[in-house]
Amino acid sequence: MAEKATTYYVPHSSPWPIFASIALGTLVLGLVHFIQQNTSAVDNDGSLGGLMFLVGVAGMITVLSLWWRDTITESLANMNSAQMDVSYRMGMMWFIFSEVMFFAAFFGALFYVRNLAVPWLAGEGSNEMTNALLWPEFEASWPLLMTPGGDTTQAMGPWGLPLINTIILITSSVTCTFAHHAVVAGDRAKQVRWLGITLILGYAFLVLQGYEYKHAYQDLGLTLDAGIYGSTFFMLTGFHGLHVTMGATMLTVMYFRSRKGHLTPDNHFAFEAAAWYWHFVDVVWVFLFIFVYWL
Amino acid sequence: MGEHHGPDKGIKRWLYTTNHKDIGTLYLCFSLAMFFLGGILAMVIRAELMYPGLQVVDPDFFNQMTTCHGLVMVFGAIMPAFVGLANWMIPMMIGAPDMALPRMNNWSFWLLPVAFSILTSSIIMSTLGFGQAPNFGWTFYAPLSTTYAPASTDFFIVSVHLMGISSIMGAINVVVTIFNLRAPGMTLMKMPLFVWTWLITAFLLIAVMPVLAGAVTMMLTDRHFGTSFFDAAGGGDPVLFQHIFWFFGHPEVYIMILPSFGVVSAIIPTFSRKPLFGYASMVYATASIALLSFVVWAHHMFTTGLPLAGALFFMYMTMLISIPTGVKVFNWVATMWRGSMTFEVPMKFALAFVILFTIGGFSGLMLAMTPIDYQYHETYFVVAHFHYVLVSGAAFGIFAGVYYWLPKWTGVMYNEKLANAHFWCSTIFVNLLFFPMHFVGLAGMPRRIPDYSWQFADFNWWISIGGFGFGLSQLLLLAVVIQAGRGKGKKVSDEVWEGAEKWGLEWTVPSPAPYHTFSTPPVIK
Repeated sequence: MAEKATTYYVPHSSPWPIFASIALGTLVLGLVHFIQQNTSAVDNDGSLGGLMFLVGVAGMITVLSLWWRDTITESLANMNSAQMDVSYRMGMMWFIFSEVMFFAAFFGALFYVRNLAVPWLAGEGSNEMTNALLWPEFEASWPLLMTPGGDTTQAMGPWGLPLINTIILITSSVTCTFAHHAVVAGDRAKQVRWLGITLILGYAFLVLQGYEYKHAYQDLGLTLDAGIYGSTFFMLTGFHGLHVTMGATMLTVMYFRSRKGHLTPDNHFAFEAAAWYWHFVDVVWVFLFIFVYWL
Repeated sequence: MGEHHGPDKGIKRWLYTTNHKDIGTLYLCFSLAMFFLGGILAMVIRAELMYPGLQVVDPDFFNQMTTCHGLVMVFGAIMPAFVGLANWMIPMMIGAPDMALPRMNNWSFWLLPVAFSILTSSIIMSTLGFGQAPNFGWTFYAPLSTTYAPASTDFFIVSVHLMGISSIMGAINVVVTIFNLRAPGMTLMKMPLFVWTWLITAFLLIAVMPVLAGAVTMMLTDRHFGTSFFDAAGGGDPVLFQHIFWFFGHPEVYIMILPSFGVVSAIIPTFSRKPLFGYASMVYATASIALLSFVVWAHHMFTTGLPLAGALFFMYMTMLISIPTGVKVFNWVATMWRGSMTFEVPMKFALAFVILFTIGGFSGLMLAMTPIDYQYHETYFVVAHFHYVLVSGAAFGIFAGVYYWLPKWTGVMYNEKLANAHFWCSTIFVNLLFFPMHFVGLAGMPRRIPDYSWQFADFNWWISIGGFGFGLSQLLLLAVVIQAGRGKGKKVSDEVWEGAEKWGLEWTVPSPAPYHTFSTPPVIK
């Protein structure tokens, strides 16, 4: 292999970004049509939204695969200087920071309704008349099992599946770190093994989470439209689940790249990015377990 | 790979480019187009408000105009213009070969036309009589944007998502470029202030654009999936929307002004022929403004019935911002003090910026006081305030930057006659447009309403004249930019402005700047 590049590599030009924009545009337009066509809030009589959405998804997968094929080729050809490696790392860190802020919006909403909005609706502070005039029967509690409007639900307990899921995800973070050590040590058999175990744990988490949702909907009456408790519960755990799916996808790619021997002790940014991301979803889950399930 | 590959031929150059200068040009052209689109919407508003009564458009359409004017100007005109300037100038100012992540740079740009085609198509469809464009104000408060909003709202939501993705990627690129690609010797405290202000702006963008994405996502699920985030009957709260929105929104207004601070801080030293006064204090002031911007959001919501302690906290925090902002204004003035000043067009715009932005800052201080805000809230006084900081502030900063760097980009001096005409027309009309709004606002004229009482009629006629005048003046800018872009004009030297060479690396490279500037980094002493 050639020596590592010393100059900063600026790729010539690339068709992928603009195709990715078109694909993402198709995806979101399809998604909106699909949602409007399958819910009752607005009139949208068509039926092709779902198809358009799938075309967008397929387009995104195709374009991003081709895009990353280019970057992998460049990486394997040692076109990335050490400085560029730092750019990638910084980029990933700031991306994760933006994801933290995305979750911060939903956690902020959770804290606001728990500590302010719900007590106010029950008359706390200077809001006695709000309660007396709007919903005199309403009493504050969290989890909010009966909304001011009268919808009821049951709470999701923390000590069954959620605890098991917590253990699974934390364990997967540890196994991911073992894989990382193996990458740094250049031990390919070990890295493949630990990555494989991490993946199994990650997918197990997702399956159990799906099972928990089924339980919530069928047995507890805990649904998206069961009031603010259900709203915050599904929004936070749902977006977390989506991020676990993304993280698991990244790690799956890393699994196959690691089997091909792409990850070397001094060139494995992609693996580290996926691992950081995995730790990030893990930390978010710990907060979820504490504030959504437990307290 | 060729070390010094030139641009691709034809349209592919623009579609597939990874070059920071090409992408900067794309951003700036896109922003100019959106500036005119937003301007046309504003003209509709002013046409309706020229006389009392309803004569030009119906109230529903008027609401769509105010909403889309705000959205297009904020997300389509101001922000992309700043990213365009950043793309062009930051690598040249810090001695970098390009932006750190060139392909992602291209993606950040090309998401914008997609996002704005979605938003614009709802305006066009509404004009043609199919449905309604977003009509709930640019702040899209729930429940106007949830329970009572038109079908186009969902498309608006995804277009905001796309703009957000674009902004976050653009901001990450800026941060990484500045942290990782500075030439040897270019320490952080040697960076030009434009680079500093953009670094801080980019941090704000990465921190708050995801929060906006969260807000519109909750809107979407409230609209279609029965969640109750903004619905009190389900235990949520419509005011929660305002909290989340303004947690994004207040840093956002600094996102729209900090880069202009940077531009002005570059221009004033050049034309005063003196180094910037108080460089370090400028950096710290910018950082303070950015940090304070996270703890002032509820000053937009004094009339929602905040708890007293909350109102007091947000009032004092807001007033605190006037201190770092004052530091900046005094530093600009001190830079000019006893300088050998000349008044080229960029300097004229920079001076107008300092004066007019300060007027907007003062009216902001008035609005910051809770009891006074009860009187001013939702009146034209607020409209006057934020247009002073956004038009004669942010936009004038962009104009100043464009005139300052256009010779470097194109290699020719802009047409000075036209540019001067653009300056004078803009400055006179912008004041005719926005200054009387203070009076009608203090007298109680509500914003966002297509009709008003007779006593406001005279002022509103003048305001509309100012509006049309300001709008038409911008055609001069278009003419100047097209002329210079086609290379028509006096050839300029490398340093362009007398003595500019010592103020920044961008003045040491040829004019026009070559396609690739610093393949090997310069060493900064």
